[in-house]
Amino acid sequence: MKSALFDYTLRLGDSSLIIGHRLSEWCGHGPVLEQDIALINIALDLVGQAKSFLEYAGKVEAKGRDEDALAYHRIDRDFRNILLAEQPNEDFAFTIIRQFLFDAFQYPFYQRLAKSKDPQLAAIAQKSLKEVTYHLRFSSEWTIRLGDGTPESHEKMQTAINELWAFTGELFEMTETDEILIEHGIAIDLNEIKPIWEQKVKAIFKEATLEIPTTNWMQSGGKKGIHTEYLGFILAEMQYLPRAFPDAKW
Amino acid sequence: MKKITKEAILETLEKVTDPEIPVLSIVDMGLIRDIQLTENQIEVVITPTYSGCPAMNVIEIEILATLQMNGFENVKVTTVLSPAWTTDWLTERGRQQLLEYGIAPPARGTVDKHVLFQEDRVVACPQCNSINTKMISQFGSTACKAMYKCNDCLEPFDYFKCI
Ligand SMILES: [Zn+2]
Repeated sequence: MKSALFDYTLRLGDSSLIIGHRLSEWCGHGPVLEQDIALINIALDLVGQAKSFLEYAGKVEAKGRDEDALAYHRIDRDFRNILLAEQPNEDFAFTIIRQFLFDAFQYPFYQRLAKSKDPQLAAIAQKSLKEVTYHLRFSSEWTIRLGDGTPESHEKMQTAINELWAFTGELFEMTETDEILIEHGIAIDLNEIKPIWEQKVKAIFKEATLEIPTTNWMQSGGKKGIHTEYLGFILAEMQYLPRAFPDAKW
Repeated sequence: MKKITKEAILETLEKVTDPEIPVLSIVDMGLIRDIQLTENQIEVVITPTYSGCPAMNVIEIEILATLQMNGFENVKVTTVLSPAWTTDWLTERGRQQLLEYGIAPPARGTVDKHVLFQEDRVVACPQCNSINTKMISQFGSTACKAMYKCNDCLEPFDYFKCI
């Protein structure tokens, strides 16, 4: 049970950390100042949520690792984030679609996790839900605005969907970890989230005049530590400083 | 020797402000969730506004330093996440201070659901009190604020958004 709870908490923390780090790459590069700030605010929320999850994961593991040790001193194979989170920013359309697919999952997921029998996961979820509400509104509005925008913005959005769709199957993938924790009332049955997510995505895409791809093939691996080639580069950047200067302080 | 009571500690903590909104004390922000007194320890229980609030570390250090300077020994600061902080915990005095500082205080009542696809709230301009204002972005200079502009006096301003 304990190792399952560690794995589960790590997965939640890693997904928020990696997508948060991705968003932070926009700092100073946003298309306009307001949206630059918005992306960085969302990044900050996500990294903050990751801190709460990883801090708890360290306590569950009870081997003396804190959130920094877990974030900065693990290799890619030990990361449990979903592959969607590590996909590159590409253009603004790509970033928005990645975020929308992620937020549309997080919102109903945290609503349920807020009632988990694990009090700390429930507390983090309650807190995160308030923040994710703003994220989902932001990414939904931009999906509609750009999807139903100019022919060029529409095409960029549709391209992003086509490219990222294969990573959405993993959102609902469950492993032994989930089975064990669902039995204890701790984890959330992702089969319950799937129809809610699909409904949200369909509704927003419809308003945005965007199409859901018909291909059914889904990429998988992140929850087991098998990542795309992008994660290594993220970690190289994210972990460089604490690895090169182990006791560095602000 | 200072008498150690919860009231005395709370009064001292009013000197600690949020580094990002220096007019607002952490007491008026509703960050102090509890004060526990045991025989040889003072425990101050705080909660963050946002998960990623970068001010929390500084606030914790400030609490320890301020209490110590005012004669309180053996202080410990603990952070809790639940119940999650809400703008409803801002005190009346805090709301007034925000307004005077040029930040529109949050509308009353926690919004959550309201945020998802509904009309933006009417927010009065803290400079000229006009309600002819427009939201520019849900996200502002810090996690807790949204950006607005006033169509009458043409000033941009921060709105302390509901959470
Ligand atoms: Zn005005």
